[in-house]
Amino acid sequence: MIDLVIVGAGPAGLGAAISAAEYGLEVCVLDEFVKPGGRLLGQLHEEPDGKWVNGIAEAQKLYYRALQLGVKIKCGVSVYDIAKLESGWCVYTTDQIYETECLLLATGASETPIPVPGWTLPGVMSIGAAQVMGNVHRVKPGEKGIIIGVNVLSVAIARELQLCGVHIESILLPQSSFVSGDSAHPEKMMESLLRLTHLAPSPLIRFGGKWVNPKIGARLYPRNGFKMWGIPIQLRKTALEILGEYQVEGVRIADISATGEVVPGTEKVLSADFVCIAGGLTPMSELASVAGCSFRYIPELGGHIPIHNECMQTNLKGLYVAGNITGVESAKVARAQGTVAGLSVARELHAIKQRADEIIDIAKKEVIDTRRNALIQFQAGIEREREELYDKGNNVFEEKISV
Amino acid sequence: MNSMRVTDHPILGTLENKKQVTITFDDVPYPAFEGDTIASALLASGVRTLRHQEDKGTPRGIYCNIGHCFECRVRVNGKNTVRACLTPVEGDMRIESGGEL
Repeated sequence: MIDLVIVGAGPAGLGAAISAAEYGLEVCVLDEFVKPGGRLLGQLHEEPDGKWVNGIAEAQKLYYRALQLGVKIKCGVSVYDIAKLESGWCVYTTDQIYETECLLLATGASETPIPVPGWTLPGVMSIGAAQVMGNVHRVKPGEKGIIIGVNVLSVAIARELQLCGVHIESILLPQSSFVSGDSAHPEKMMESLLRLTHLAPSPLIRFGGKWVNPKIGARLYPRNGFKMWGIPIQLRKTALEILGEYQVEGVRIADISATGEVVPGTEKVLSADFVCIAGGLTPMSELASVAGCSFRYIPELGGHIPIHNECMQTNLKGLYVAGNITGVESAKVARAQGTVAGLSVARELHAIKQRADEIIDIAKKEVIDTRRNALIQFQAGIEREREELYDKGNNVFEEKISV
Repeated sequence: MNSMRVTDHPILGTLENKKQVTITFDDVPYPAFEGDTIASALLASGVRTLRHQEDKGTPRGIYCNIGHCFECRVRVNGKNTVRACLTPVEGDMRIESGGEL
């Protein structure tokens, strides 16, 4: 039996593998993708000090450190079921069945799709798909693109696509519907964009920072949007339909009011050879659900979250979570959470001989500090919601585990 | 034709020379580089339609590109429902698109 199986080789999974292996645990990391690194692989952004953060290089550092410590990392393996054993967990994969003392789910987040008429046409893809194509596989998703969905992720990836030599014609809103929810609402989107003010060098700050109140911001918003890196960001335009016979040829758009209603007579067609849909991120928690974890719906963290405590333990013995499955945040926070999870597993398996609680407390503090220093906050109120969740997690944990 | 490749990138640098292999998609040969997935190799050659929907026969390509949505499912060396976005290319790989049933 292995000491620790980790599902997901992103920053959280690799971070946990490293800290657990440093205390001598036998660790195996599984990932469905062809390369380790998770969503870190696609990331490429400029820090306020002008340094570029290259996710591929960051992922490689984690990968080699884990290998050095003897961690087994298997890519191209899908986990399709997990089951509780009398002691430990059984993990069913497309490769083999693993039995492990402890199991860490570091599955990350998946993109929320926004259905738009015409979205099944070849050339329509999620914004993350375009990011992986461009940065990881080094293939352009097309020559001229339109992005539907204005959020932190779509604006950042638009810039990355531009660096790949792709022209982005426009970033605009999806049409208001039951499914699109807030993402079609100019005022709400203004509120979300204002959180980008952390990215100091961008012109958005100078522009958006003037408006403390997103309501006023959305109303004053110029009809033709404003440009970031030369890309028009249009909170007052909506995508009605993606056009094309065999593949994407363009998008039919219209002007909208500050509250999202289409202005009659303003329809026109923009030509494009690819379209990205950016609906934001949702924690990927299917395996936690299969395992039987308790959940709580927390919109600030991106959706349904398996209840866990600050040590990353769920309410099931030997089952841990870390990274975006616990709430959508930056890769640095995920990595720090992974370290906590790896140390907590090492404590559970009595691999830390001295001062275990103290060591874990330092790692927990690192998570909080990293969160406070994060350049991008995906949602407002993350810290407050987390504190509340951990209170609940601790209560549930003590009730269940002590019996 | 490899015009969709990002050969030179201002931050990530120049694409390293990788071993080239040949794959076939619906009996047409295409070049691919080692490390490509089926989806990235075909897109690099401008191929976007990977199958036609089973019911209505409408064209489909990649959507999520990380294995969640199964929109890119193809037949590989006789095996059905293989995700083009997660499957690394191999020399002489025979890929077939699915069609209307």
